Amino acid sequence: MNLVTFSGPPSSGKTSVILKTIKALKDRGLKVGVVKFDALATDDDILYEKAGVPVRKGLSGALCPDHYFVSNIEEVVEWGKGEGLDLLITESAGLCNRCSPYIKEIKAICVLDNLSGINTPKKIGPMLKMADIAIITKGDIVSQAEREVFASRVNMVNPGAVVMHVNGLNGQGAFELSTLLYEKEEKIDSLKGMKLRFSMPAALCSYCLGETRIGESYQMGNVRKIDMKGKDQK
Amino acid sequence: MKNGKRLKTRKISELLELYPFLTNFFEDNLINIEGKYDLTISELLSTIDEDELEDKALDIEKLMINISDYIDQMIEFLGEDENNGVSKLTILPGRDKSGKDEIFEPIEINKSEIISIVGPTGSGKSRLLADIEWTAQEDTPTLRKILINDELPDKKWRFSSSNKLVAQLSQNMNFVMDLTVREFLELHAKSRMVEEEKSVIDKIINEANKLAGEKFDPDTPVTSLSGGQSRALMIADTAILSSSPIVLIDEIENAGIDRKKALRLLVGEEKIVLMATHDPLLALMGDKRIVINNGGIIKLIITTDEEKNILSGLEKMDSIVQKMRKKLRYGELLSSEDLMKENKNA
Repeated sequence: MNLVTFSGPPSSGKTSVILKTIKALKDRGLKVGVVKFDALATDDDILYEKAGVPVRKGLSGALCPDHYFVSNIEEVVEWGKGEGLDLLITESAGLCNRCSPYIKEIKAICVLDNLSGINTPKKIGPMLKMADIAIITKGDIVSQAEREVFASRVNMVNPGAVVMHVNGLNGQGAFELSTLLYEKEEKIDSLKGMKLRFSMPAALCSYCLGETRIGESYQMGNVRKIDMKGKDQK
Repeated sequence: MKNGKRLKTRKISELLELYPFLTNFFEDNLINIEGKYDLTISELLSTIDEDELEDKALDIEKLMINISDYIDQMIEFLGEDENNGVSKLTILPGRDKSGKDEIFEPIEINKSEIISIVGPTGSGKSRLLADIEWTAQEDTPTLRKILINDELPDKKWRFSSSNKLVAQLSQNMNFVMDLTVREFLELHAKSRMVEEEKSVIDKIINEANKLAGEKFDPDTPVTSLSGGQSRALMIADTAILSSSPIVLIDEIENAGIDRKKALRLLVGEEKIVLMATHDPLLALMGDKRIVINNGGIIKLIITTDEEKNILSGLEKMDSIVQKMRKKLRYGELLSSEDLMKENKNA
């Protein structure tokens, strides 16, 4: 079985891109399944089911979604093997720009959209910078110039990544993406011992543990203060 | 990594002189170089402490690789001539949706040629355009093969982000950035590293204004342009500033823009123009047209002399319609006398 991790900001078009790509993979006779990670709720599992794709969903609830992802990924791989999949895709929403869900040696794909603004690439951390493939969506509604500028910004923060344009609505580019996702020789049996590409966002303060009161005396552990002085007063 | 040695020994100030584009690179990668110009890159990176690395999510090892990759890519990109030397595109037959072989002689398209693509909705126009964009090598559902300059295409056409083979112009495109026309073009020019930025931008604005029915000012926000003005600017920008040697057009609406001039501008900039359209005014402007049905190319038609005559007749009819449109806009009444007069003049 192959494993691929998809990630990207909310509403960037991950599910649409994956669905269109799976269609092309199915035409090649491959069995593909998806595990969707989200925070509070998702209906995307219904979309996958409708398309006849084996799917499981995991909701992180009150936990950091990244931490939840990595604590469950082994079980996810077990499930994929049990289903007899050729390719298992995990989809996780990058809910903060510091998200870092990728695993070394496992193909990592970041989905971004043209509408998110040209400064978005530099604002996104390891989720984009450590990806092997960067997919840019919603190109059909912006100008050629904006597409070129956005792609060049992506290239600047991750020159090693393959940058592709995929349209989640009509599927343009999805076939091409599908050719990069599955390698026959590659076999993932277990992730035990593998490592994340980058450390996940950290926190361990009183609010992590359920504190709700506001005020300095309630703040304990890993706490940091904003610099309110501004540039001119330094 | 061709620049490995230089990168290790040169100071930041020297590197910036050699590779001015690194300024943006450092900025977008959240690395502060102010006051650190006398350091080498690895010295610079080693001044970033553990906390900052963690906060900005920087990975030194990956950054070193990225800087080197980026320089290589930019040098290659800057060294290339305008249209990346694509002077000919060839489409070799594959098969249609039912698996039947396509029967046609290899279709050769040269730069500055306009090719129309016609066929019913869902017939496979998009797939053909995608085959070209991906430089298909019998590895797409149609099993077609694409040659560039009579040769197997370089892999860069598939995977490089700055060397895209194809630029696209389609009906529902909008500007979404909150910038004026001039700022917008400056941004695009910067991303393309053009040298004569100001003259290129002036040229684009000038050409766009020749195409647009109503002229616009460079200080207009791009989001306030009319439909015709937006299309004019997109076309002029793509013709002059896009690196892609092939332009795909998905219909151009016949309002507020001179379509004939627009196509002339594109081919004048030595682009190959492929145009999916059902509008005879547009389709007949092509030198040839590809006919698609059921996913396969069924015919290649060379625009006949008779058709070219028809085109000039259609253009006259169109100009009458345009004049009437203008009259309506300014609150005038249309009269049958006018129509007769116009017909006679035409």
